[in-house]
Amino acid sequence: MGLFSKKNKEALNTPLFKENPVTVQVLGICSALAVTSKLEPAIVMGLSVTIIVAMANVIISLIRNTIPMRIRIIVQLVVVAALVTLVSEVLKAFAYDVSVQLSVYIGLIITNCILMGRLEAFAMQNKPWPSFLDGIGNGVGYAMILVIVAFFRELFGSGTLLNYPVLEKIGMYEIGYLNNGLMLMTPAAFILIACIVWYQRAKDKSLQE
Amino acid sequence: MKFLRNYLNKIKPSFEEGGKLHAFRSVFDGFETFLFVPNDTAKSGVNIHDAIDSKRIMSLVVIALIPSLLVGMYNIGLQNALAAGTAATTCWFDMFIYGLLVMLPKIVVSYVVGLGIEFVVAQWKNEEIHEGFLVSGMLIPMIVPVGCPLWILAIATAFAVIFAKEVFGGTGMNIVNVALVARAFIFFAYPSVISGDSVWVATEQVLGFGANAVDGYTCATALQYVANGGEIVGASGAALSVSDMLFGFMPGSIGETSVVAIAIGALILLYTGVASWKTMLSVFVGGIVMIFVFADKLPADMPFWQHLLLGGFCFGAVFMATDPVTSARTEVGKYIYGFGIGAMTILIRVLNPGYPEGMMLAILLMNVTAPFIDYCVVQSNINARAKRLTKKN
Repeated sequence: MGLFSKKNKEALNTPLFKENPVTVQVLGICSALAVTSKLEPAIVMGLSVTIIVAMANVIISLIRNTIPMRIRIIVQLVVVAALVTLVSEVLKAFAYDVSVQLSVYIGLIITNCILMGRLEAFAMQNKPWPSFLDGIGNGVGYAMILVIVAFFRELFGSGTLLNYPVLEKIGMYEIGYLNNGLMLMTPAAFILIACIVWYQRAKDKSLQE
Repeated sequence: MKFLRNYLNKIKPSFEEGGKLHAFRSVFDGFETFLFVPNDTAKSGVNIHDAIDSKRIMSLVVIALIPSLLVGMYNIGLQNALAAGTAATTCWFDMFIYGLLVMLPKIVVSYVVGLGIEFVVAQWKNEEIHEGFLVSGMLIPMIVPVGCPLWILAIATAFAVIFAKEVFGGTGMNIVNVALVARAFIFFAYPSVISGDSVWVATEQVLGFGANAVDGYTCATALQYVANGGEIVGASGAALSVSDMLFGFMPGSIGETSVVAIAIGALILLYTGVASWKTMLSVFVGGIVMIFVFADKLPADMPFWQHLLLGGFCFGAVFMATDPVTSARTEVGKYIYGFGIGAMTILIRVLNPGYPEGMMLAILLMNVTAPFIDYCVVQSNINARAKRLTKKN
């Protein structure tokens, strides 16, 4: 079996679009609302989740045959918690500002449904390499939506991108443009995610119910 | 009339399947049924319909809005003249023309954006044009301050039509009032153009009409002054009299100020049976009850009925709360629904320092609860009858 056989590619690809954790499975919405008012924390959050899902998937997959079925959730939780703590410490050490902005949401990755879902549904039944690809796929699928939402929220809400004042530089404010305050509130994230879901389902008829 | 009918019949074939203007079928259809009552009848089953269809109902509401619109236009000019200090020398007709010039672009923007989206959606889904926007398009420019920029109005209208109406399935399917969603969008997205003290009075000349006020001119709405605990003053800086409040010669959203004009509209709506008197009445009852409940928190020198004259209370009660789509459908439900709106409005005005006006949020809140009210009323009726049945047996 090759490293990128058809099945492995599927494990990587389907969570990006067809089985996207946010827009199709509607998981991880809580953090998608909370951290997307700026682009930078959204990117960091997406990266953190990607790393944690991939690593947790690999670890659980490695020990999947030795985990007693009855206590598997606790074992999964311990692995995720350890990884989250690691990521959180790294962020505090090297990107303190962003970690302050993300506040509790890095810690709350432990409770992120995407993680437990992938560990239960995929890593417990598959070998480490496909599990790793599945984790990367799901993490990137999640991060992608976060970045799209954060892009629009930061651009229209604060007029900046990665804290660079884009709209000011192209002179939008001089012709009477105003920032949209609604974009900075959480309902805007709901509306934007709904728009992405709308677009995706309009494109892909198989997702329509 | 005959000429119009003949002309429509003549151009009709080019809009039908295979005609060269087929892409604009829904536009033609919309205008034809707007101008002439369609003669189509149901092909099967029993269908009981009212003699007037929803296009005629919508037209009646627009007619009822016209008095408020005209007074609103005159008031724009009057406030502008008062702000600039030229009220004594300006003829009332000039004031009206100035208001017309300020108001017209807003109405055009609202209709063009809203109807544009409706036409596109109707064409895309292969449906008839829905007529609901006839009223919403008139309401939206009337419930914003005169200083609201046109591009913001356009965005708000588009947002409201798409997210409050089309995603729920179009006219008649919306859960919340479309015009109020547009206003709420502006309120939360661009608070600086719909609150504060610099947007309620037009301060610039338009095409030579009106006058320029001094730089940095400010005037808040009467309710803002009430909330701040100060004296209620008009655009000229003098205190507002009760007749000003009654006839609507005070700063505020364009259509909402004149109670007399709104009363004429209310009479039209009630006489034609378009709006429910139960909803209207209970809104006022709810408001008055709440005013007495919070009597010690309201300004003591202000009689209770004066609170109802200020802000959008009357306008909301007459034109927004009675919207047949979003209000409660059951007869008992209408009382509860209306009472909730009136009570909630005063509650928001009194208890929330951030919002001097509460009508918009109160109606939106009650719109959301209206289906629940209906459910409770219907269920309690079912329960009562079930009980009666078991007692007999």
